[in-house]
Amino acid sequence: MSTPLTAAEMLDREFLTFRAKLVDLAAALDRIDRAEGSVDADPRIDQLRRGLELLASPGDRRAERMQMAFSLPDEPTVAGGLSS
Amino acid sequence: MNFIDPHIHIASRTTDDLATMARMGCLVVAEPAFWMGYDRSGVNSFFDYFRQLTEWEPKRCANFGIRHYAWMGINAKEAENVGFAREVIAELPAFLDRPTVLGVGEIGLHKCTKNELATLEGLVDLALSRGEQMLFHTPHLEDKYKGTRMILDLLAGDSRTDRSRVCIDHCEEHTIGLALAAGYWAGLTLYPTTKVTPERAVDMIEMYGPDRILVNSSADWGPSNPFAVPDFMFTMRRRGHDEAAIRRIVYENPLEFLRQSRHFDFV
Repeated sequence: MSTPLTAAEMLDREFLTFRAKLVDLAAALDRIDRAEGSVDADPRIDQLRRGLELLASPGDRRAERMQMAFSLPDEPTVAGGLSS
Repeated sequence: MNFIDPHIHIASRTTDDLATMARMGCLVVAEPAFWMGYDRSGVNSFFDYFRQLTEWEPKRCANFGIRHYAWMGINAKEAENVGFAREVIAELPAFLDRPTVLGVGEIGLHKCTKNELATLEGLVDLALSRGEQMLFHTPHLEDKYKGTRMILDLLAGDSRTDRSRVCIDHCEEHTIGLALAAGYWAGLTLYPTTKVTPERAVDMIEMYGPDRILVNSSADWGPSNPFAVPDFMFTMRRRGHDEAAIRRIVYENPLEFLRQSRHFDFV
C-alpha cells in the first residue's frame, strides 16, 4: 500500500509533534538527573541510551529495530528449538 | 463509515461508551475472554464470566444496535495454575456451542513460562479438535518477540492448524512480519503505552499492505480507548488514504476473518 503524503508534506505536518516528543524525552531524562539517588547501574538506562543512538542512526525500519532493542534475546523457546 | 471492533472487552465499558461507539458507526464487536485483574476464587467464577459474555453483554450491546460476539478461553495471565486451567478447559465445549461464540480466545502467553505453555497446549488442542477459530494474545513489551515465536512454533508443530482461521493479536513492528509471513492474520491493538498508536498502525499497513490485518481497541478496564478504531480511521484519512482503503481495514477485513466462524451470522 502506498504512502500518499510526500516526505515534505509529512515533515511539515509532523515537525512540531516530533520536536515536542524529543523535548519531552529530554525533560524526562533531566528529571531523573535532578532526583535524589542514581540509576546509572540500572540496565534500563543503558537500554534508553542505546535507543537514543538507534534513533540517530541511518537506515530504515528504525521502529522495528527499536522494538528489538527492548526485547528479550532470541533464545531457544520452551516450545522446542529456535523458530525458523 | 461503519466499523467492526474485532477485539474489545465490552464487560469493562460503560453503557455511555456503547452509545458513543454506536453513534460513531460501530456495528459489530467481538469480545474475548479476559483476565479480571485479580485471581479468581474458583472455576465457577470463570463460568459466571462466560455467561456474562454470552448472555448479558449481547443484550447490552443490542440496545444500541451493536451485534456482540464472544471468544471463550483462559487468558494467559490466568494460565499459570495448570490444574485449575484443566478444570475450566473441560467445561469450555458447552460454552463454545453457544450461538454467539466465535471460537477459542484470547489465549496465549504472558511471561512465557512452562505452565503457561502447558495450559496453552491444552486450549489449542481443544480448539483444533473441534475445528474452532483461534485468537491469540501475544505478550507485552520485552516478552513479545519471544512469546510470539513460541506461539508460532506451537502452531507450526500441529498439522491441524488452518492458518487462515487464526489471528495473532497485539502485533507490533517486530512481530507483524512473523505472523503475516507464516500465513496468519495479524491484529494491531491501538492501546496507549504498551501497544501501537494509530499512526504506527497506519505505518505498518503502508509497509505490509492491507491483507490479513485487523485493527482493534482491546479496550478493557486498564488505560485504553473504546473509540480507538474511529481514531485510527481518522488517522488513515488524514494521511491521505481513500475511503475504500479505510473500509477495507475496519470493516471488510474483520468480516472476512470472523465469517469463518460457524456462529458468525452478521450480514
